[in-house]
Amino acid sequence: MEASLAPAAGTLGGSRSRRNYARRYWMFAVPAAVVVAAVILFPWIFTLVMSVFDWKVSGNIYFVGIKNFVHLFEDSRFQWAVIRTLYFTALAVIFPMILGIWAAVCFASNFKGRGLARTLFILPMMATPVAIALVWTMMFHPQLGVLNYLLSVVGLPPASWVYQADTVIPTLVMVETWQWTPLVMLIVLGGIAGLPVDPYEAAIIDGASGWQMFRFITVPMVWPFIIVAAVMRMIDALKTFDTIFVITNGGPGTSSETINMLLYQTAFGYYDLGYASAQVLVFFAIIMVISVGLLRVRRMERWQ
Amino acid sequence: MIGRRTFLTASTATLAAPALISRAVAQSAFNWQQCKGQTISVSLTKSPRADNLLAHQKEFEALTGIKVVSEQLPEQQQRPKMVMELASGNPSFDVTHFSLHVSKRIIGTGKWLEDLRPYLADTKLTSPDYDFADTGPGPLAAITQPDGRIDSLPVETDLWLIYYNKKIFADHGLEMPKTFDEMLATARKLTDPAKNMYGFVGRGVKNANVPVWTSFLLGEGQDTVTPDGKTLLTDTPDAIWAGEYYKSIMRDCAPPGVVGFNWNECQTSFMQGNVAMWLDGVGFCPPLVDPTVSKIADHVGVGLIPAGPKAHYCAMFNDGIGIPARSKVKHAAYLYCQWATSKKMALNLVNMGGGASPRLSTYKEPTLKPPTQEWLTTLLESLKIARLGLPEIVPVTEFRDVIGIALTNMIQGADVATELHKATETFKPVLEASLKT
Repeated sequence: MEASLAPAAGTLGGSRSRRNYARRYWMFAVPAAVVVAAVILFPWIFTLVMSVFDWKVSGNIYFVGIKNFVHLFEDSRFQWAVIRTLYFTALAVIFPMILGIWAAVCFASNFKGRGLARTLFILPMMATPVAIALVWTMMFHPQLGVLNYLLSVVGLPPASWVYQADTVIPTLVMVETWQWTPLVMLIVLGGIAGLPVDPYEAAIIDGASGWQMFRFITVPMVWPFIIVAAVMRMIDALKTFDTIFVITNGGPGTSSETINMLLYQTAFGYYDLGYASAQVLVFFAIIMVISVGLLRVRRMERWQ
Repeated sequence: MIGRRTFLTASTATLAAPALISRAVAQSAFNWQQCKGQTISVSLTKSPRADNLLAHQKEFEALTGIKVVSEQLPEQQQRPKMVMELASGNPSFDVTHFSLHVSKRIIGTGKWLEDLRPYLADTKLTSPDYDFADTGPGPLAAITQPDGRIDSLPVETDLWLIYYNKKIFADHGLEMPKTFDEMLATARKLTDPAKNMYGFVGRGVKNANVPVWTSFLLGEGQDTVTPDGKTLLTDTPDAIWAGEYYKSIMRDCAPPGVVGFNWNECQTSFMQGNVAMWLDGVGFCPPLVDPTVSKIADHVGVGLIPAGPKAHYCAMFNDGIGIPARSKVKHAAYLYCQWATSKKMALNLVNMGGGASPRLSTYKEPTLKPPTQEWLTTLLESLKIARLGLPEIVPVTEFRDVIGIALTNMIQGADVATELHKATETFKPVLEASLKT
């Protein structure tokens, strides 16, 4: 293609006109650049600006420099929100990852009704989170919810689910796990489907067990897919809002108040946009650090 | 069965209604049709008050020729949306309905809503039968800003009272308690976790739980801030007493998980017959006495909040409706506000059990038909002892959150005095900062 274009360009006036033509290429990038600037760059710059102001909805706006960021490090409610966010995220990544990988291995083998089972398995992922959260809220009701009824049927005492500080985050993780395990399963299953059969045949001849084949063949070969699933799950878990908002609204007390919940409350409950913007920026930094860390793990694995 | 003749008569009447209303309007001295052809957008909070307005909206449109586009959102979403839009200077609505106990001061500080005093004084804009002087003293105080501006009209007054299960009380040979001490003792007697039966339920979830505590605090004759709104009274001996009472009754007599209960969970537990007493707003009665959704429809009793050790007050909250100062159709919007707070709409509200009327004349109307006579009697008694249940300060949401978190900690066993001291110290700088703006 280059060869055919070069003489044509030459006949249009040589290298000078080619250079002029090249200088006009930027015009093609303008629409995309404007859109990116408007929807990504501008909100970030504006958030950055707001974070250095005492910016209340109902009052005057004062420049305060880094005061909002300093306050973050003194604010125990924010610090607890960070800890809770990390705790929630860790559990909401680990459980779907383990169950998702296990489900992918199961669905990779041939069995009767596999198609139907796969379809049923991915249904939670396709439902609207708010609708799911409302249904779970009803099921968690300590007196009237179906979950405590089921526990009583098998002779177990009722649980407090989201109505007690100690159990609220594990219960919310249960909802997350139920909804997002299918996503991990789909990603890992895609990886398993592309694996060659030769290593498995060799392993069988060598007398390897099912666990050994999984540990030493399947896992290393689908590792890039597992890391991608983990990164996606982690970002999703970090920014979980709808499920927590609907089921607990951060409660009881602040027991399930993650950074997302706190910054929403700061911005739209207390109308303190400056402080909320500072929280957003710190939250963004946390997401970036964790994401970069996970991607580095993936790269290190490739080097090995 | 509806016969053909009945059907035709009803159809003719329905079709003729707009024409008849128009003729009645034409004959009236006041011109309700002065903004005919205009369109207004109305932002409503999901509530029985808003349901009342929506149910009768077509009557307003027929009366005025104004087209109304209403949006009804749950309060958790409507409140921030309203404030952010008003602050932006370009709200998408021409009329907004809001909780005065939450948004009054922030709206007043921003001067976002139109001062309605000139409108009320203008005989071309205000119908002679509107009778603003009919507004009760409590609602009138609630809609008046500290600088004297009236930037909303009162839609409803919420009064907190006790719903009780008459059958449970009769089975135990007990009477509705008259004092807080009696209420606690009665609630303890009626609590039997083995039978899934509890003596009392109230809001435990943070923020929403604060009016329960302030209801007890009013029994000590004390508010949460000084009258000038500058000093917190949330860790005084009386406040700690109210906290101890809240902790005791919620820990000893309420269902497990009450720490996460808002009004809807409380209502569900009460309607299922698992709870003997429920302290909450007057507007929650209709579903309780509806046999299609309530298992105790025939056993619902309504009683005055018991007297405290030092005083007898009922916590009061108010809803208002106002016009953004930037609205381009203010006169049409004012006609809507006037209609929404008219004598007729106030009567409809009480008849549907959606809340107390802010108008004094409503209770003298011959067509008054409340859900139950006991409900109305209690409402009238409550009005006599009504007092604001939340402080009139700008950061009221943060106040409710900070105190609400302390209350949830108490339910989970934390020391009352420590929690209230900590909450007071946390909120103090927020209140001080709000006074500077």
